Amino acid sequence: MRPFTFERAASPEQAVSAFAAQPRARYLAGGTNLVDLMKLGVETPEHLIDVSRLPLNEVATTQEGGLRIGANVRNSDLAAHPAVCRTYPALSQALLAGASGQLRNLATTGGNLLQRTRCPYFQDTSAPCNKREPGTGCSAREGANRDMAVLGYSEHCVATHPSDMAVAMAAYDAEVEVLGPEGARTVPAAEFHRLPGDTPEQDTVLRPGELISHVTLGPPPEGARAAYRKARDRASYAFALASAAAVLAVDEGGTVRHAALAFGGLAHRPWRARRAEEALIGARADAQSVGRAVDAELAAARPLSENAFKVPLARSLAVTLFTRLAENPTSPAGT
Amino acid sequence: MIPQRTATSSTLTLHVNDTAHAVTVDHRATLLDVLREHLDLTGSKKGCDHGQCGACTVLLEGRRANSCLLLAVAHDGAHVTTVEGLGDEERPHPLQQAFHERDAFQCGYCTPGQIVSGVGMLCEAAEGHPSHATPAEALGHSTGAPARLNRDEIRERMSGNICRCGAYPHIVEALEDVAEDGSQAQRAQRAPRGSEVPA
Amino acid sequence: MAVTETTEGVLGAPALRREGRAKVTGTARYATEHTPPACAYGWPVAATVAHGRVTGIEDGEALAIPGALAVLTHENAPRLVEPDDPTLFLLQNDRVPHRGWYVALAVAETLEAAREMARTVRVGYDEEPHDVLVAADHPDLYHPEWANGGYPGDQHSGDFESAYAAAPHQLDATYGITPLHNHPMEPHASTALWEAGHLIAYDSSQGASTVCQVLAAMFDIEEKQVTVVAEHVGGGFGSKGTPRPPVVLAAMGAQHTGRPVKLALPRREMPAVVGHRAPTVQRLRLGARDDGTLTALQHDVATHTSTIKEFVEQAAVPSRVMYGADGIRTGHRVVRLDVPTPSWMRAPGEAPGMYALECAMDELSFSLGLDPVELRLRNIPETEPESGKPFSSHHLADCLREGARRFGWERRDPRPAARREGDLLLGTGVAASTYPVIVAPSTASVQSMGDGTYHVRVNATDIGTGARTVLAQVAAQELGVALDAVRIDVGSSDLPQAPLAGGSSGTASWGWAVHKACRELRESDGSIVTVDTTSDVEAQEDYARHAFGAIFAEVSADTVTGEVRVRRMLGVFAAGRILNARTARSQFIGGMTMGLGMALTEHSSLDARLGGFVQKDLASYHVPANADVPDIDAHWIEEHDPHLNPVGGKGIGEIGIVGSPAAIANAVHHATGRRLRDLPLTPDRVGVLG
Repeated sequence: MRPFTFERAASPEQAVSAFAAQPRARYLAGGTNLVDLMKLGVETPEHLIDVSRLPLNEVATTQEGGLRIGANVRNSDLAAHPAVCRTYPALSQALLAGASGQLRNLATTGGNLLQRTRCPYFQDTSAPCNKREPGTGCSAREGANRDMAVLGYSEHCVATHPSDMAVAMAAYDAEVEVLGPEGARTVPAAEFHRLPGDTPEQDTVLRPGELISHVTLGPPPEGARAAYRKARDRASYAFALASAAAVLAVDEGGTVRHAALAFGGLAHRPWRARRAEEALIGARADAQSVGRAVDAELAAARPLSENAFKVPLARSLAVTLFTRLAENPTSPAGT
Repeated sequence: MIPQRTATSSTLTLHVNDTAHAVTVDHRATLLDVLREHLDLTGSKKGCDHGQCGACTVLLEGRRANSCLLLAVAHDGAHVTTVEGLGDEERPHPLQQAFHERDAFQCGYCTPGQIVSGVGMLCEAAEGHPSHATPAEALGHSTGAPARLNRDEIRERMSGNICRCGAYPHIVEALEDVAEDGSQAQRAQRAPRGSEVPA
Repeated sequence: MAVTETTEGVLGAPALRREGRAKVTGTARYATEHTPPACAYGWPVAATVAHGRVTGIEDGEALAIPGALAVLTHENAPRLVEPDDPTLFLLQNDRVPHRGWYVALAVAETLEAAREMARTVRVGYDEEPHDVLVAADHPDLYHPEWANGGYPGDQHSGDFESAYAAAPHQLDATYGITPLHNHPMEPHASTALWEAGHLIAYDSSQGASTVCQVLAAMFDIEEKQVTVVAEHVGGGFGSKGTPRPPVVLAAMGAQHTGRPVKLALPRREMPAVVGHRAPTVQRLRLGARDDGTLTALQHDVATHTSTIKEFVEQAAVPSRVMYGADGIRTGHRVVRLDVPTPSWMRAPGEAPGMYALECAMDELSFSLGLDPVELRLRNIPETEPESGKPFSSHHLADCLREGARRFGWERRDPRPAARREGDLLLGTGVAASTYPVIVAPSTASVQSMGDGTYHVRVNATDIGTGARTVLAQVAAQELGVALDAVRIDVGSSDLPQAPLAGGSSGTASWGWAVHKACRELRESDGSIVTVDTTSDVEAQEDYARHAFGAIFAEVSADTVTGEVRVRRMLGVFAAGRILNARTARSQFIGGMTMGLGMALTEHSSLDARLGGFVQKDLASYHVPANADVPDIDAHWIEEHDPHLNPVGGKGIGEIGIVGSPAAIANAVHHATGRRLRDLPLTPDRVGVLG
């Protein structure tokens, strides 16, 4: 780990200006991924700006009836927040499916969005990796690619985004508020992470020096129910092989009024399944029509040598989530 | 003290097990390494150094945390409880006693982390935190009331602590023993902080 | 002196671990938890190519780091006498036999500086082509003369081909297991210092006597000039059975810098340098009569070893022990690849071999329409099949019957894919387990302190087995005193020499010596006795000695995701006399848990292009977590075997893992109807079942 200087930010604005003065700086919040990557030599900041004590740790109700979540709200607190449990159950479930109890006590809302891929080649500084060192090549595409992407990857990078929380955020149409040298702006959570394209080193649309301050959730659609489900190698404390967050509202006749579906573990970002959603609106949420809708989405999948299993797995997760949500109209979460 | 912008080390105060320690640390030093190498508190273990095993678990401001991922410099003034602060050989914490009696370990290397994690976990449950094992129904009607811990709940909540010897069934039994008298565990964890003395 | 009534039953009692209080309160100190004055820190530098030579090392940037003390390389490191184990001949030449091989060592005043030094050392390589992938048809496979454990590589009795060809029922199936990693929770670690030519090493080891001997030879000093302390050891599971790189590097670093040096392996570097269970491709061919009795049995194993050391995972060996047949052929083929050197991992040979054999038996029972417990009962041999030797004791049938009774096996519907509970398919499976009885010569001493207390000294190692406790029980029983009248010291090479904690042999080997010392003390007039059991061990009668067991498992397979989880597991073992009911139970369920990991979660692979292991850390190599492990239960048969050793135990550290993977895999077939022969049974392999 390279030696670094350290300062504690006094305010979000001061943090941003401090960053601007230090081109090789990083913001430090929970540190669960940044410190990990610094030990690996993947991240080599020369200056750390500690933002963990900034007063961005409240979960507030918005005028619209949604929630505004401070970037420093810990994953465990967000998952346990009664308003999240009751109104955004898929978010609570996604958070609780991630990491471990002690990691969730440290990890923050903003930091969770900014965690890097767990691609083993990205983490190994002796292996070629375009995300870590642009131009060196992708070791994963023809290497151990069981855990890699099936959707939206490029020849330069096949990594997946590891967050569970971000998948639920994408399905709930959350918005990410950021503060930067050029002021504040808002980015939809589903567009916050990028596809790798020619620049896999950029995970998100954040500009240099921008700091996440809040994540805002709008009120869920009337009568909506939601759930998150994750498949993994062991029963707990493992990243997703594939996961899905689904939000569903049906009218009294059983016709879909609102459907949102996001997949985790399939792509470089939480994969919002717009095509499937469009196909579902106005349909019935039965296994057949959901299956057709999801198939339309997954037709774009291009599995690598070891991960063809992800396509039927993702389909199964989505079909199960939607049909259960439709079958249990009284339950806030369908599972 | 406020670290200087050009320095790569800082002097700070850590309140560990009710004792204040003034330490000068390399910014790169983790809380785990400061505990083990500077303060000779070697009860917190280094199993993976990357938050993947839980052997380094301490209570940070009363909440369980992986000390291998905490940069000490970012925790100036923090209150930390390690396994040594829960009890000693003469007066062990009830969970330490339960681990011994249930034979909830073999090699013992993950054990301090398991025990500290268990104390933190019982507190989280008392505060109404749900888990992945909490049924969706219960989650949807969350009131913040204390969570009831059946074996599935304990297993899930303790899954951030890896034990390669495979003592899990006994670990669950030890936690059941203490969870049945949850107030005892919380009292021990919430003990008032004692006088602070310079290191 | 006779055994008094008050102490009768000391042996076998569920005594609490003697070091238990120290472990639960954090005062038990492990290898790097001793910090001598002026202690420095070491951090190794691993090769980033799979095969080649080091052409140059630039350490200028590293040495300019504040706190830097030295960078040791093959050009400046202390010269070592070449050891028998080539994996310890470190920094002595420019050769890189595999990715992850250590090519330099950074030493600094602080841990932080040492790590940064290691990151900034620049190593140049002359790369050569590499090959890291074993396959059953690899052209360079050869038949080794010996497999691990001193077993002949190939062996046969009767005429397998004729028996197989004539068999009315045949099974031909191939099973695969990926490399597996021991991953004890304490990384391999050492603190080494030199004091006036005397080397002291606190080492995380399963046997300090061996480490002492090896270090003395490598550094060309007398064994009495070396002290190795292994007081508390955070697990090993075979990977600390002999010295590993940290103790050699720390000792070299200390010699080079004149400072004590502390060094713990980074977790992700462990797979490359501490040994691993080699991958196996195992072909089983079984021939059987209509009644299920075997007529032909072939077990062929293909595996890998490194280019610097031949280690052959003896996976075909249990097929020489378990079942009789007219024709038996067992053999190993191995290929030398540019891979890290494989070594011992809990039940080498038996764990992977019994997975294949016991799955094949399950497949045979299914095709015969015969209950799998019954099939095994019909094939228990009278004498050891390959050797013809009588068994010292053999209670597999009792284990199977007792396990079936406790598990509720008689209520089982044999049809596969016939039980559903919501999204879950449920199934049960069974497998037999076995492990050989191994015992090695040991020394020990006991002293009467004159106040009714006794002091036992033996360089046993307690890697989590409870050795201190059980050996004190052995001594108390034999001396006829209360347990707390016995003080015991273990874990230092300055104590009477003893063999390692491995091969499930520790307690029998050390216990024999402790027992003998106590008996001789009782019969002598003196106050102290030191004994050696070499002649006793050599005088053993010629029996086939094996522990046996039966494992039962119930699994659920999620039709939505293909996730398999164990619901319950039961093991019943016949392992001689159980010396401490509490710690024995822990070892049995611990072994079964590792078997669960082998079956369902633990997966490693070698990258064909880069040449190293891919799953190097604990986030990608999935050791079972608490949520994976249900209520595992272990029981044992009271087995009195007069042909063992005076203590009467067969060894229990490894038999729990053996059989567990097969029981689980067989249960997966019963649940899903899918016969998946390659472990682990992760969702990518099981697939969506809906």
